[in-house]
Amino acid sequence: MKVLSKTITSLTLGLLLTLTAFASGDKNKKGHGDPVNTPEEINEYIQHHVKDSHDFHLFSYFSDGEEHHVGFPLPVILWGENGLTAFMSSAFHHDDNGKEIVEKGGSKFVRLHGKIYELEEGATEVKFDDEHHPVNASTPFDLSITKSVFGILLIGLLMLLWFGGLAKQYKTKKVPTGFGRVLEPLVLYVRDEIAKPNIGPKYRKFTGYLMTVFFFIWILNLFGLTPFGFNVTGQLAVTAALALITLVVYLFSSNGHFWSHQLWMPGVPYFLRPLLAVIELAGTLIIKPFSLMVRLFANITAGHIVVMSLIAIGITMQQQMTAVGSTLLSFVLSLFITLIEVLVAFLQAYIFTMLSALFIGMAVEEPEHH
Amino acid sequence: MDQLLENFSLDLFVKQTVLFLVLIFLLVKFAWKPILNALNDREEGIKNALDSAEKAKLEMENLQADNNKLLKEARAEREAMLKDARDLKNKMIEDAKGEAQAEAAKLIAQAQASIETEKKAAIADLKAQVANLSIDIAEKVVQGELANKGKQEKLVESLLDDATLN
Repeated sequence: MKVLSKTITSLTLGLLLTLTAFASGDKNKKGHGDPVNTPEEINEYIQHHVKDSHDFHLFSYFSDGEEHHVGFPLPVILWGENGLTAFMSSAFHHDDNGKEIVEKGGSKFVRLHGKIYELEEGATEVKFDDEHHPVNASTPFDLSITKSVFGILLIGLLMLLWFGGLAKQYKTKKVPTGFGRVLEPLVLYVRDEIAKPNIGPKYRKFTGYLMTVFFFIWILNLFGLTPFGFNVTGQLAVTAALALITLVVYLFSSNGHFWSHQLWMPGVPYFLRPLLAVIELAGTLIIKPFSLMVRLFANITAGHIVVMSLIAIGITMQQQMTAVGSTLLSFVLSLFITLIEVLVAFLQAYIFTMLSALFIGMAVEEPEHH
Repeated sequence: MDQLLENFSLDLFVKQTVLFLVLIFLLVKFAWKPILNALNDREEGIKNALDSAEKAKLEMENLQADNNKLLKEARAEREAMLKDARDLKNKMIEDAKGEAQAEAAKLIAQAQASIETEKKAAIADLKAQVANLSIDIAEKVVQGELANKGKQEKLVESLLDDATLN
């Protein structure tokens, strides 16, 4: 049984890697009729991948010198000069250079480097300044279901389905069966290893938030390792939102004891106390959430870039090592890094949740009675 | 830093914040609260069951100790009762023996007394009969003897001898 599951795991991982390699090998720089095969193109491809995107692109292939994209469009929802506008991202026809103009609801929209711009009245094409910034277009508020939003919705739905199902199981039985048996120890793990030891007796109020954060980050991290190309937890905006919510949670639950230590640290010479207050406040309000935000973002983005770079070895090193040699090297290295990334996926979810719990614990800690 | 700021999308930030808050709300309402409550209840139940098992064990031990004590007491009581019975038996036997002896002695004494009386009566009777017999004999002898004078005299003489010898 163990051997079988091991075989399945390695097969799945192998398939995963080859799919990713296949996708990257066939990917094309927009507007060119050949595959991505120069270091510059690969670099641009990786840069493009780690960013958010308006359509869900799985892979591209070439036949008869033409580029075919496999994927599906996502809805674009914009709040611009003329109110709310919605259309599918396929209207841009995979254009990302501001050439394709979509007219909808009296406004003209173009997509440029993953961002959607609304052209000014009367403009018929985008004009750029010297630094390639558009001069005759504004940025509408983008409510689109982008790839990241799609990922967030998908994971949210999955979590609701899984944990809602687990919750329903408890209504009829004491011990869950099926997939719930896998989820229950994870729930217990977060409660007993993260929430309880870091927060203390008041853990119950915050466990819901910590659970949501933990599973949200973990599952999204793992999804990021699949060839679907999600990079949600590698989006600075996403990690910033998570860190900000943690900040709000611990600020709003903090007690007088916490603030007395923040602003007027006891047991320290009086002339040092104002200085300490500044440092403590900076730590609480800026450094802690900032470190939470950057740690998750940097780890996940770096993981994606490293995996893709190692896969790209199969293409870039072909001249020096022959096709077989470079593919083999790329396979071995990316397999190794992907395994580490599986660990990192858990680790980053754990660290984010654990630190959130720790900060909350510091904010709600009651004074010790000596 | 520039690249970081360029990568930061305010739109996505707003969408993530809103979606995540909604997700927290829904999960807390439909998943975490019931799950944590159920887990707490279950843990409490297990703890209570263990406690009551421990209590039952203690009670069992107490009961066993009580039983042993009772058993010991019962055994002691039995011993005492047996001893009492034995003592009573011995005493009864002793008493019976004494009484029987006394009765026997009394009977013997009575028998002896009656034997004595009977003996005396018999002796008296014998004496009377002997006297009568003697008188009869004497009568006949006297009648026979007194037929001649010489014999009478002889008799008187011998009688007188006898009387002297007496």
